[in-house]
Amino acid sequence: MNIYALVKRTFDTEEKISISNGAISEDGAEFIINPYDEYAVEEAIQLRDEHGGEVTVISIGEEDAEKQLRTALAMGADKAVLINVEDDIDEVDEFTSAKIIADYLKDKDADIILAGNVAIDGGSGQVGPRVAELLGINYVTTITELTVDGTNVTVVRDVEGDSETIETSLPLLVTAQQGLNEPRYPSLPGIMKAKKKPLEELEFDDLDLEEDDVEAKTETKDVFLPPEKAAGRILEGEPADQAAELVKLLHSEAKVI
Amino acid sequence: MSKKILVLGEARDGELRNVSFETVAAAKKISCGGEVVAVLIGDQVQSLGEEMIHYGADRVVTVEHPHLKHYTSDGYGQAFMAVYEDESPEGIVFGHTAMGKDLSPKIASKLASGLISDVTKIGGEGDDAEFIRPIYSGKAFEKVEIKEGLLFISIRPNNIEPLEHDASRTGDVSAKSVEITNLRSVIKDVVRKSTEGVDLSEAKVIVAGGRGVKGTEGFEPLKELANLLGGAVGASRGACDADYCDYSLQIGQTGKVVTPDLYIAAGISGAIQHVAGMSNSKVIVAINKDPEANIFKIADYGIVGDIFEIIPIMIEEIKKLKAS
Repeated sequence: MNIYALVKRTFDTEEKISISNGAISEDGAEFIINPYDEYAVEEAIQLRDEHGGEVTVISIGEEDAEKQLRTALAMGADKAVLINVEDDIDEVDEFTSAKIIADYLKDKDADIILAGNVAIDGGSGQVGPRVAELLGINYVTTITELTVDGTNVTVVRDVEGDSETIETSLPLLVTAQQGLNEPRYPSLPGIMKAKKKPLEELEFDDLDLEEDDVEAKTETKDVFLPPEKAAGRILEGEPADQAAELVKLLHSEAKVI
Repeated sequence: MSKKILVLGEARDGELRNVSFETVAAAKKISCGGEVVAVLIGDQVQSLGEEMIHYGADRVVTVEHPHLKHYTSDGYGQAFMAVYEDESPEGIVFGHTAMGKDLSPKIASKLASGLISDVTKIGGEGDDAEFIRPIYSGKAFEKVEIKEGLLFISIRPNNIEPLEHDASRTGDVSAKSVEITNLRSVIKDVVRKSTEGVDLSEAKVIVAGGRGVKGTEGFEPLKELANLLGGAVGASRGACDADYCDYSLQIGQTGKVVTPDLYIAAGISGAIQHVAGMSNSKVIVAINKDPEANIFKIADYGIVGDIFEIIPIMIEEIKKLKAS
């Protein structure tokens, strides 16, 4: 199978966010593979182990994203591609990213493309479905189970807590939801091997696209932090009194019950 | 300039979801007096049209087909695009629900348009409208604009107030016939797992448990409290990782991001990854044995105590309140 996984470098979930000069400050922050993309990489590796073939991980980003791609290679992916458009494209939105990824994939004959259902930074969840649409292939989002048999595919999809079983076929793009699998930690031999695995770096000029084709459709005007919450009220007294007081406050003061 | 806006209503179990009315309110804000046309797609949705009018839509177009009983991106995509082509609107508003998240990028890609997802607030009106959306799961926010072309947004449920219901409003509800063909996904089975049908993203009240619930049975009093308040049960990553509950209940930066009117955190310490998923709730209650727990820093009301002692008393008190 010809398997692709889309990977984004994101802030670690434990990071606090601060803003300097109107942008999210990256000073000293730890970066990881977007956790949902990690499920995608794990599932890609399991598919290859079961059906044979090759896993290629792709990321759009700056040079720093090489680290996350190496991690994916250490987990077991075979090849990595970093599309670095930093020098050519000023603004990247979901439209831009999807155009670039789809252009790269258009002649690759992918059997299956896996991605996270959402990135924990931007949080829009658009790129996966947009790429599938541009490639003219079907997609299923937020999957928690995947079974491939020949070209037949059975997927279980999380729909706001309900589970939907879907039958479809390859070629296909799926986006991973939590619960799909338990991503492995890279082993030490895996990390050693990853250093020698191919990591191709492409620039915008290597694609069949003009800058006008990928011009962002949206623009971020401002970034800000939520207002700090004022300290709340800790109730006192016997447990029974506290519970009763709480219900009273929620009813008459907060008016939420 | 006035704009014609298409909104996509959403039915569940034969009833319109509240987010449908919220899309109408959002559309009114950006339409500058232009027409707001609601689209309803399904196997039986004609009878729901009037309700969209009562909530402020000017006109409704329904697309009914047996193949539209279940949502698929192909089926609903074909139905929506057929209406889009008839109407040529200047804007589109979807709910940022499971369906909206799945369908909106497909439509945006077909139309080569921008899309602002998961909008929680619209500032300004008409051409000056600004869209606020959370990033980093609510650890920060961004203000975004569409640079040119179609104004396409999806709105997070439970954040934009619907307009007042007005049963005297009238408007045209027309049916459009669309051939639905070549569906590449076939829904074989749907298993309901969510609590009492209240979805976390739309719940007005959420009672969430953490490691402090100590086990699967520990969720029972939380469920009782949630049901009593017409709410849903959620969980922290700790509780999910410990197998106390299904991952579909997880709230946090990985998991669901929620903004209910009332969030009751029971036995949750308040790790930053959890807080990102719920800190924008309107009222937060924390119940935890550890007075130093992080969750108290963001709680409006806190009780330092044992959830298994406090919650049953709360349940009794709420029952009394309801009876009075």
